[in-house]
Amino acid sequence: MLRDARLVAAKDLRIEWSSKVLTAQVLPFGFLVLILFGFGISPERIVQGKDGRSVLEDVSPALFWLAVLFSALLALGRSFAIEADDGNLDALQLAGLEPAGVFLGKTAAVAVELAVLEVVVGSGALLLYGATIRHWLLLIVVLVTTTLALSGAGILYAALGAGLRVRDTLVPLLVLPVLAPVLLGATRATEAALFGAAADGWSWAGFLGAFSLLYLGAGILLFGALLEES
Amino acid sequence: MTADQIADGSSSGLSVEDRAPGYKAPILSTGSEATRVIGVIALLSTAAMLAFGLLISPPDLFQGDSVRLFYLHVPVAIVALYLAFTITLIGSVIHLVNGSTFWDLLAGAAAEVGVVFLGLTLVTGMLWGRPTWGSYWEWDPRLTSTAVSFVLYLGYLAVRKLDMDPAARSRRAAVLGIVGFANTIIVKYSVSWWRSLHQGSTLKPLDSQIEGLMMFSFALGLVSMLSIFAWLVMHRFRLAWLQHRVDAHRLEAALLERRSEGEAGIAKSGLAPGGA
Repeated sequence: MLRDARLVAAKDLRIEWSSKVLTAQVLPFGFLVLILFGFGISPERIVQGKDGRSVLEDVSPALFWLAVLFSALLALGRSFAIEADDGNLDALQLAGLEPAGVFLGKTAAVAVELAVLEVVVGSGALLLYGATIRHWLLLIVVLVTTTLALSGAGILYAALGAGLRVRDTLVPLLVLPVLAPVLLGATRATEAALFGAAADGWSWAGFLGAFSLLYLGAGILLFGALLEES
Repeated sequence: MTADQIADGSSSGLSVEDRAPGYKAPILSTGSEATRVIGVIALLSTAAMLAFGLLISPPDLFQGDSVRLFYLHVPVAIVALYLAFTITLIGSVIHLVNGSTFWDLLAGAAAEVGVVFLGLTLVTGMLWGRPTWGSYWEWDPRLTSTAVSFVLYLGYLAVRKLDMDPAARSRRAAVLGIVGFANTIIVKYSVSWWRSLHQGSTLKPLDSQIEGLMMFSFALGLVSMLSIFAWLVMHRFRLAWLQHRVDAHRLEAALLERRSEGEAGIAKSGLAPGGA
């Protein structure tokens, strides 16, 4: 299973590396969303009683994760778009790869892509919104657990739309409600890492870790039922 | 083989296990003895609930007349959240395990009616919230998680309506029915955790204990909503079942037609199997 996962992940990442869709289209999109949030929320407004933080800085964790979430939708769609031609998903099965391995491999590839995205978009958010990091360790743990949660649950749900003409409209409808708790947890934990007490953040990081484990388990068990077409 | 044989399913290749329990061929309506009885119960209990809920039961000490929404709102919510989606979960699990068409269609029917009930839960809740809390919407854990579940099951229904191979579609829907239920629970806990980090639950719609006439009106509401739900799900299920059979028969008829065409062609050319 793990060998299959490594092969699939390496294949997906090689495709992304050579096609440059991620770096040329998804990364700029994430950055664009950050700038648009800045347009929408006036940067001059100051929040009362919160150490004189601007509104933009105060909500920067939420804006950062929303930008990541929207970009993740593109990355997830991309992960199955590259399999759409020539019945590729069937071919992977015929090649003797286990469905659980395919699931883990695609999850790992998307996780790596999201990690790159988070570093770039996150740096942009720090610069544009003027936030500073107080608890580095918490932030790194939150980034890792959230990335796993987004990619694990995301791949499982994106597979539901694989190979369909309505994929682009269906997958966001399915994925976003599922990822709502992840957005909630990641935002609270990041707020703690930037502004507040780390203790609150750690309990949310635990929640994110549990969520990602649950969905990785569900994906390993259920992915076969999705791949096995009649 | 005659058209009648095809229509009554006697030669369709569907085994008895494929049929709904109590199946009698041919079905001409989605109604039955059971749905008629349940329908009468639904009508009577709804009328009784309206009479007791709106007229006979007293107004609440604190909430006044707005408490009367309780007799509708809570039963609707219980049926949607605890009954409908549990049926969908069970049906999805059984379908994935043994491929049962019965449970697949039942899961779909329960989810479809459940989404309507969940929508009614949101609407009646908002109407109740306005006089009680002063606003239609509060970011209360219950409200937030209900809204997210509503969207989740809309997604489930969207998958059931996809234009694709029915067997693969049923499997995808079943996966969604299982994981969606788990996610509903996660959403519920995460949002109550989210609020509890800030403040305690300040919104308790009914902190006074209910008794007597109010309790009776509530029980009537529960019977009314349960029977309406059962009635709708039974009809919806039978409709889905008939659609399923029509599709199967169309395929069967098309195959027969092709086969007879082929046989006619072979006979004409004198190339019967084994001959020439």
